[in-house]
Amino acid sequence: MAEFGLPTNSKILKGTYYKDKTGSKNIKKVNVYRWSPDDNTNPRIDTFEVDMDNCGPKVLDILFKIKNEIDSSLTFRRSCAHGVCGSCAMNVDGINTLSCIKSHSDIKGELNIYPLPHLRVVKDLIGDLSNLYKQYESIQPWLKTSKTDTEKKEITQSQKDRSKLDGYYECILCACCSTSCPSYWWNGDKYLGPAVLLQAYRWINDSRDEDKAERLKKVADELKLYRCHTIMNCTNSCPKGLNPAKAIASIKKMLATG
Amino acid sequence: MNYNKNPLTPHLQVYKWHISSLLSITHRIVGVINFLSIILFCIWLILYKIDQSSFQYIANFFTTKTGKFLILSICWSYSFFILNEIRHLAWDLGYGFELKTSKISGLAVFFGSFILTIIIFFSGANI
Repeated sequence: MAEFGLPTNSKILKGTYYKDKTGSKNIKKVNVYRWSPDDNTNPRIDTFEVDMDNCGPKVLDILFKIKNEIDSSLTFRRSCAHGVCGSCAMNVDGINTLSCIKSHSDIKGELNIYPLPHLRVVKDLIGDLSNLYKQYESIQPWLKTSKTDTEKKEITQSQKDRSKLDGYYECILCACCSTSCPSYWWNGDKYLGPAVLLQAYRWINDSRDEDKAERLKKVADELKLYRCHTIMNCTNSCPKGLNPAKAIASIKKMLATG
Repeated sequence: MNYNKNPLTPHLQVYKWHISSLLSITHRIVGVINFLSIILFCIWLILYKIDQSSFQYIANFFTTKTGKFLILSICWSYSFFILNEIRHLAWDLGYGFELKTSKISGLAVFFGSFILTIIIFFSGANI
């Protein structure tokens, strides 16, 4: 049976309130999830009053402003800041997204920022994704071919076959979808989750790959695949506008129709 | 590094509901209710053969306000389940995964279930 509550060591406490010191009239209250392995206490929510007159347009800009001007211990992952690398995935206003492409002006009232859901927290807004990476490795995300030497140097593909990868190759593995999925919350150790299944479909669907049957066989499992109940949280959260739910359904359909 | 002893980040507590996720959990709950209600309904029908008086007693209960409400609720739960199953069938065939389509079909299931309930109730009332 899945545990719907939070374990006692994960219950969230009230944190520090950082009052605005700039005297700005345009203030946004930003609530951020904090936890540090050094503190030996439960996670807490710190509230920061942020001067929005001197802040960039994205949620990541707010986080940088807090880190630079208010509390330098705030920890989060980021790299490209352009929605390409997938590092800054977090739960903003109740939905997983990339904070670098999410406009804070979309969000009325207070802004709530949490790490990706149902992960072990490493520090503040960083969750431990090693399980997901292990599952990604398990689907063997590389081209398998019997071709050798010069043949293998360049394997051509028709435009039609190439277009079959559209909507799948764009995935940046930010884990927004997998960590939005209730099925993945309750069965994350066995169910592969939307991100990894979308990647699996990407390789199954690649005309250059010669391991299609074996790939399908490997994924056809009550727990690995069929824990998807089309809740569609994945598609709703994908910051790149992809459709993992459809990818999973396509795998199911392939298995059903042979 | 092993982080298994670290706190678990909040999930249900913070995640926003969408139409699709709300309908999904409703579908599950309604499925269980339907399963139990059909069993009770069958037991009631069997009573007709075994013990007419208790059969009649329950039949009389169904004419009271609470009884009528109960029957309406079960009509709704079946209506909802049937319509949402049709939605699932379309999904199984690979249709209706676009965000907009799934939202519209979800709303159609929700409002349609009430319309179907009314239709079932009135067509039953004339029998």
